Amino acid sequence: MNLNKVFGLYTVGFIAVTILIGIAEAVFGLSSRWIGWIFMALSMGIYVVIGVVTRTSDADEYYVAGRGVPAIYNGMATGSDWMSAASFISMAGALSAQGFSGLAYVMGWTGGYLLLAVFLGPYLRQFGKYTIPDFLGARYEGNTPRVIGVFAAILASFTYLIAQVTGVGLIVSRFIGLDFNIGVFVGLVGVLFCSVLGGMRSVTWTQVAQYIILILSYLVPVVVLSWKLFGVPVPELTYGQLLQKNNARAIQIANDPVEKATRDKWAEEAKALGEKIKDPAVPAAEKEKLTAAQKAATAQARSPAAPGAKWENYLSVPKGVGMWNFLALTFCLMVGTAGLPHILTRYYTTPSVRQARTSVGWSLFFIFLLYFTAPAYASFARNAVFTGLVGAKVSELPAWVTLWAPAGLFSVVDKLGDGVVQLADFVVKSTDFVVLATPEIAGLPFVITGLVMAGGLAAALSTADGLLLTIANAISHDLYYNVINPKASLIKRLTITKVFLIITALVSAYVATFRLAIIVEVVAWAFSLGAASFFPALVMGIWWKRANRYGAIAGMLVGLGTTLFYMVGSRFFGVSWFGTNTVASGVFGIPLGFLTIYVVSLLTPPPPKELQDFVADIRYPKSGGAAEPIGRPGDAAAH
Amino acid sequence: MAQLTQEQKEAYWKYNIRLTTILLVIWFVVTYLLGGIWAGTLNEVVFLGFPLGYYMAAQGSLAIFVVEIAIYAKLMNAKDLEFGIREE
Repeated sequence: MNLNKVFGLYTVGFIAVTILIGIAEAVFGLSSRWIGWIFMALSMGIYVVIGVVTRTSDADEYYVAGRGVPAIYNGMATGSDWMSAASFISMAGALSAQGFSGLAYVMGWTGGYLLLAVFLGPYLRQFGKYTIPDFLGARYEGNTPRVIGVFAAILASFTYLIAQVTGVGLIVSRFIGLDFNIGVFVGLVGVLFCSVLGGMRSVTWTQVAQYIILILSYLVPVVVLSWKLFGVPVPELTYGQLLQKNNARAIQIANDPVEKATRDKWAEEAKALGEKIKDPAVPAAEKEKLTAAQKAATAQARSPAAPGAKWENYLSVPKGVGMWNFLALTFCLMVGTAGLPHILTRYYTTPSVRQARTSVGWSLFFIFLLYFTAPAYASFARNAVFTGLVGAKVSELPAWVTLWAPAGLFSVVDKLGDGVVQLADFVVKSTDFVVLATPEIAGLPFVITGLVMAGGLAAALSTADGLLLTIANAISHDLYYNVINPKASLIKRLTITKVFLIITALVSAYVATFRLAIIVEVVAWAFSLGAASFFPALVMGIWWKRANRYGAIAGMLVGLGTTLFYMVGSRFFGVSWFGTNTVASGVFGIPLGFLTIYVVSLLTPPPPKELQDFVADIRYPKSGGAAEPIGRPGDAAAH
Repeated sequence: MAQLTQEQKEAYWKYNIRLTTILLVIWFVVTYLLGGIWAGTLNEVVFLGFPLGYYMAAQGSLAIFVVEIAIYAKLMNAKDLEFGIREE
C-alpha cells in the first residue's frame, strides 16, 4: 500500500472530523465534556486499529520494523517518540516563566540531533542489530558492557516513562473529568495494544499517526492568534514585534507606582511568613507549607525588569554562574539527546545507511517545527496577560481567565483590594496554562481545545510507547536471550518481551498513581544519565579502534557514577561544584567518561584484530544490500 | 559487490572527518558563543523585532542545525555514490 496515500487520507480525514465536531459544537451546542470524550475515543481508536492491523510475530518486524521504514516516516516517528508530554504541554509555559534561560531546552533538545547525525545514527544502522546494548556487547566483547548498558537504559527510560504516564492521567482528568488513576489505566490500554501486538512495527506507524495529530494541534491555535493580531499567519515571524511590545509593557509595569505598591505588599507577606517559619513551635508539616507560600510570595514581589534596563528580565542574558548553568544544561540536553536508547534504536529501522542519514535530518525538521514555535507561544500568552488581564477590572476578567481559573493553574488575587488586576495579582501555579489556554485566548471554539488535548495525549502516548519497548527489549532481548538463555526460541523470546511490556506498563502506572512531585524533576535527569553512560562508550566505539572492553566498562561506570553522585549530592546533601544545578549534573560525568575510556584502554591490551575489522566495517556502508538480520540470513534479500 | 581499496577507504574516512569537524565547529560557535556567551552583547542589535542574542538562541541556532544535518546527509550520500557504494 502507498504510504503517502494512507497518511495523506488519514490527515485529511482527521481534519474533516475535527471540522464536523466544530460544526456540531456551533450548531447543536455539543458540550465540552462530549468534545473531550469524542477526541479521546477517536484518537485512541485510531492507535488501537493501527496496532491490530500491523501486528506481527517476525523478529525483524517486531524489533526493528523490518528495517523498512522510509527516512521521512522514520523522521516523523522519531519526532513523536522524542516529543513528550513535557515538550508539548509544559515547554512553552516554562519559557514564559524563564525567558532567555529557558532557551537551553530549545537549543539543547534540537542541537543534540547534529551529534546524533554525525557521530552515531548512520554507524548504528550499518551495525544493524536490534538494541543499543547489542552494540555495546558486540563492540566491547561480552556481557559485562551489555549488562551495564541494560542497567543504564532501564534507569534512564523508566523515570521518563512514569512522567509520560502521569501526563496521560493529567490530560484525561483535566479534559474529561475522569479520575486521574482511571485516566492512567485508560492510557495504558492504548499503549499496550500497539507495543504488545506488533512491537516496533506497530509503534512506528502509530507514532507517525500521533505526530500528525500532535503537530497540527500545536500549530493551529498560535497560527490563528498570529493571524488575528498581525494579519500574518506565521507566529514565528510576528512574535518579534510582540517581544518589543511585551518589553515596553514590562518596563512600564516595573515602574508603575500601583504595581510597586502591590509588589511591596507581597514582599511584606514574604517577610512575615519568614518570621513564622523561624518559630520553633511550628510543626514540620506546617513549616513546609509556609516555606512554599513564602517562595510564592517572593516570586510575586519580583519586578519584571531591573531599574533602568533596556530589556526586561525575560530577554536578559544571564551572566556568571547563570551563564555557566545555561551552557552546562544545554550541553547535557544535547549529549543526552544523542544518548537516549529509545531514540537511538529508531535508526536501526531505516532500510539503509543513506536513509539513516536523511532520516536524522527529517527527525530534526519535524521536531524543529514544534520547538521553533514554542517561544512564540510563550510570547503570545504573555501578551494576553499584559494587555488583556493586567488593568482589567476584577469583576470583568477575560474569558480565558474565567474558563481556566477553576482548573487551579493560576489565580487572580486582588492584593491591594482596588478592584483592578495588577501583574503582581496574577499568581501562576502551573505554567501549563500557556498551551492549554491559547485556543481560548485566540477566541477559538472549544473543539480546538479538544484538539490540543488529543495532541497532548498523542505526545505522551507516543513517547511512552517507545520507552516501554526499549525497557522490555532490554530485559527480554539483552538480558534474557543474550545473557541468560542464548538458545531460547524466537517464540519464547517474543513471549517474554510481551510479558515484560505488560509488567513494565503496570508497574509504571502503579508508580504514577502516587503522584510523586520528584518525578517531573527526575525526567530532566534522564538526559544527563543517558548522556554520561552511553554517549562516550558509543562514540569511542565507532571513532577510536583502540577503545577496548576495559576502557568501556570503566568509562560507563565512571560516567554514570559521577553523574549519579552529583545528582543525589547536589539535590539532597548540598554538594556544589562551580554552583552547577542538579539538572546539569552530566556536565562532569560526560567528559570524565571519555577520559576514562581513553586512559584505561591505553593501559590495557588493544582489542583483537576481528574487533578492529568490525569497527572498519561500521565505518563504510556496504555495497549491494542492507546489513544482514540476525538469525535469518536467507531473508536478507527480501529487504 | 564493489570492495573499496585501502586507499579509497582512507580517502573516504578523511573526507568524513573533515566534514564532521567543520559541522561541529559551526555547531559549537552557534550554540555556545552566539546563543550563549555572546548573546548579551548581540542583544544590542535588533533583528525583525528580536534582540539578536535571543533570536539566535530561540530560532537562528535551530534553523542552522536543520541545515547542517541536511548538508551532512546530502554530501555523505553523494560521497557514497562517488565511491561506488550503492546499498539498495
